[in-house]
Amino acid sequence: MSEFLASLEFINYIEMVVSVLLVVLAIFTLTMKSLIKSVLFLSSLSMLSVVSFVLLKAPDVAITEAVIGSGLVTTLFVFTLLYVHQKERDVS
Amino acid sequence: MKKILAFIFAITLGVMIILSLSNNELFTDFGDTNHYDGISSGYITSEVGGDEEPALVPVNIVTGILVDYRGFDTLGEVTVLFVSSIGVALLLGVASPKRINLNFKPNFMLSVGSRALFGVMFLTGIYIVLHAKTSPGGSFPGGAMIASSILILYLSNDTFRTDVSKFKLGKSLAASGFVLVGLIGLLFTGEFLANFHPFIMDTILVLIAIDVAGGIVGIIDNFLTEERV
Repeated sequence: MSEFLASLEFINYIEMVVSVLLVVLAIFTLTMKSLIKSVLFLSSLSMLSVVSFVLLKAPDVAITEAVIGSGLVTTLFVFTLLYVHQKERDVS
Repeated sequence: MKKILAFIFAITLGVMIILSLSNNELFTDFGDTNHYDGISSGYITSEVGGDEEPALVPVNIVTGILVDYRGFDTLGEVTVLFVSSIGVALLLGVASPKRINLNFKPNFMLSVGSRALFGVMFLTGIYIVLHAKTSPGGSFPGGAMIASSILILYLSNDTFRTDVSKFKLGKSLAASGFVLVGLIGLLFTGEFLANFHPFIMDTILVLIAIDVAGGIVGIIDNFLTEERV
């Protein structure tokens, strides 16, 4: 175990932190009661996966993920939630 | 009980995947794979320093494969986006559209900040498209970035609507321009989408970006409008 820890470089520690945070954010996304918080955690999940894509030396995928994952998808979800709230208010 | 079973199932599946992938000679460690031995060697050798002229070879190999070798597949992708955008317009399009009232008034910070961010995002999208040959990115993310800068404007002002007809016209012209560029290649060299001049690849990149941006903006506008009553 100590040999394994000694063999790690700084970039490996960053990768570990990012991977653990990815799993934690994914669990938060699934378990949040409020939908808007869930969407925000999903957005931060894709922001962090951009970092992991850069660490995995895939800058093209990282740019696509940044634009579509955290930009377009989040905004579309937010607009959908606003519309659903509006409809609920109209009905009640 | 259900949750525990699902947890055990997920853990077992994960362990099985890890066991089957580790110590498997088909899946080497990250960075050890020699892509040169695989099928991609043919692409890489003729792409970088191969038999093609240097001016036709993009430094960014992803763009090289997407627009040069897999140009016909990219034409298919563009067609898929075009058809899906037309389908959304067919399902949700209305005769006299107006913005859906979301009961959401953007405050001062949001409206001014979004308008400031719009220029930066728009120019970054254009930069990514125009530098797709040399730097990471490409025309698909660039077009999506242009579209999301328009989406930011929708968020900043609750009565804003773009002139969608221009985007639709650009989308249609780009999709047919792609085929036209392919036919030019067919005319001059006898191969569809032949890359015989640097201008060909630049044109294709810009056309894909216009198609992607127009398609996404059209879909967003269809989502955010309703029939005027």
